[in-house]
Amino acid sequence: MKLVTAILKPFKMDDVREGLSDIGVTGITVTEVKGFGRQKGHTELYRGAEYVVDFLPKIKMEVAVVDDQLDKVVDVISQTANTGKIGDGKIFVSNLEQVIRIRTGETGAEAL
Amino acid sequence: MINSKIEGGISSRLLKVIFILATVLFPVVVFAQDEAVLNSGDTAWMLTSMALVLFMTIPGLSLFYAGMVRSKNPLSVMMQCFAITCLITILWVLYGYSLAFGEGGKFVGDLSKAFMNGVGVDTLSGTIPESVFSMFQLTFAIITPALIVGAFAERMKFSAMLWFMGLWVTIVYAPVCHWVWGGGWLGDQGVLDFAGGTVVHINAGIAGLACAIMLGKRRGYTEVAMPPHSMVLTLVGAGMLWVGWFGFNAGSELAADGTAGMAMVVTQIATAAAALTWMFVEWKIHGKPSALGIASGAVAGLVAITPASGYVGPMGALAIGSCSGLGCYIVAVHVKRALGFDDSLDAFGVHGIGGIIGALLTGVFADAALGGVGLAEGVSIGAQVWNQSIGIFATIAYCLVVSLILLKLLDIVIGLRVSEDEEAEGLDLALHDERGYNL
Repeated sequence: MKLVTAILKPFKMDDVREGLSDIGVTGITVTEVKGFGRQKGHTELYRGAEYVVDFLPKIKMEVAVVDDQLDKVVDVISQTANTGKIGDGKIFVSNLEQVIRIRTGETGAEAL
Repeated sequence: MINSKIEGGISSRLLKVIFILATVLFPVVVFAQDEAVLNSGDTAWMLTSMALVLFMTIPGLSLFYAGMVRSKNPLSVMMQCFAITCLITILWVLYGYSLAFGEGGKFVGDLSKAFMNGVGVDTLSGTIPESVFSMFQLTFAIITPALIVGAFAERMKFSAMLWFMGLWVTIVYAPVCHWVWGGGWLGDQGVLDFAGGTVVHINAGIAGLACAIMLGKRRGYTEVAMPPHSMVLTLVGAGMLWVGWFGFNAGSELAADGTAGMAMVVTQIATAAAALTWMFVEWKIHGKPSALGIASGAVAGLVAITPASGYVGPMGALAIGSCSGLGCYIVAVHVKRALGFDDSLDAFGVHGIGGIIGALLTGVFADAALGGVGLAEGVSIGAQVWNQSIGIFATIAYCLVVSLILLKLLDIVIGLRVSEDEEAEGLDLALHDERGYNL
């Protein structure tokens, strides 16, 4: 099993969610985060006091998948989140040791 | 027939006699009385004005300031304004009203009105109850210290703030109020201050400057980003200030009449002019118009038109507002940065400078040739501006010296500033064990 973590532009969240729904992914977790990569920040101005804001708001989306679903999921996220502009984000894939459904106690692929 | 004709003749002649007598005696009867009579129109307006001006502090100014501080400090600012409202109310009715408006001398009033002595249900002050007058004036005595809060936001001890405000209103506000409005020497000098350019704004601005100097800069000032945590709250507060200010300026006529009406007109014009000026200047210099800019400009206009509101005309208001929008922008945005003091929410930059600009220009635009109500007999614009300058300098000098002394004494006795840890944690939690937002 793999844990797919995607850092996305916030307004892309719905597109990615729909794309994942279409290929049968039923559970995701979303957090609001701040970050930067190569995308520059912006300046804000309050009564002459200028602030350079490096951190930009992003969405972190986490999906747990079985190994054979991995490639499709990564493809879908890559396509739906893509705008072609700097700051589109990144996808991280990590190994998932174990998954347990809390209500029933099911483990492994059945818990996904 | 004959009888009725005679009766008709007698009664009509009698009526004519009575009518003539009444017409002749009427002025004698009415104008023989020197005391004014209660005017319900004036009273209704003043009852409303008091509420409008109180609204300016709670929650107008409270929100205006709260939005501009960081999210760990909005309660501290609102608490300060609320507590000041309560504290000054008590001090005012105990002795403050008396010191400001009691007979006394040229420097300060006496204690003849302490404990609201002599102010009964039917006691009049002009055409309104004195009770209403004293409460209207109270709201001015409340907002003046509340304005100072902007200078020391995010770092002053609550206890020190209470002490300072209580002492300051007693030793600075009441006397200065007496000088201008209570029968004191500045009124005698011919200083024109309709609604409080000197008494309220220069006073608060200068005291704010003193606080900014004595308390020092916030930790991290100019290095750490300290943007307003809620511009929405600030704009809401600014709107409340604008609306409430009609009680402040038009209410200072103490009557519902033409002067109050014109005060309303010039207030609206000056505010709009100043707001647009600040907005356009910022747009030109920085590239975009900002909400904080337009709101700050509006307040700058409100401040500047305050002393002028009963004396100038619409075009004078246009000039005063524009000058204040520009002048306050330059000081609050550029001069402050250049000089390096941390007047956090620009109590001096907007109220001090706006008050000075307004007080000076009142001397100019009160002249009939420039659309004003006209200067006193034999007084030229130059002479009036000189009078205004005396009022300005006297207020600045007295307020600055006494404020610095009070702050120094309080610093020695109880300490003015919170600890570094408290400042970092945020005053809401550190001083009040509360969060502004439990999200």
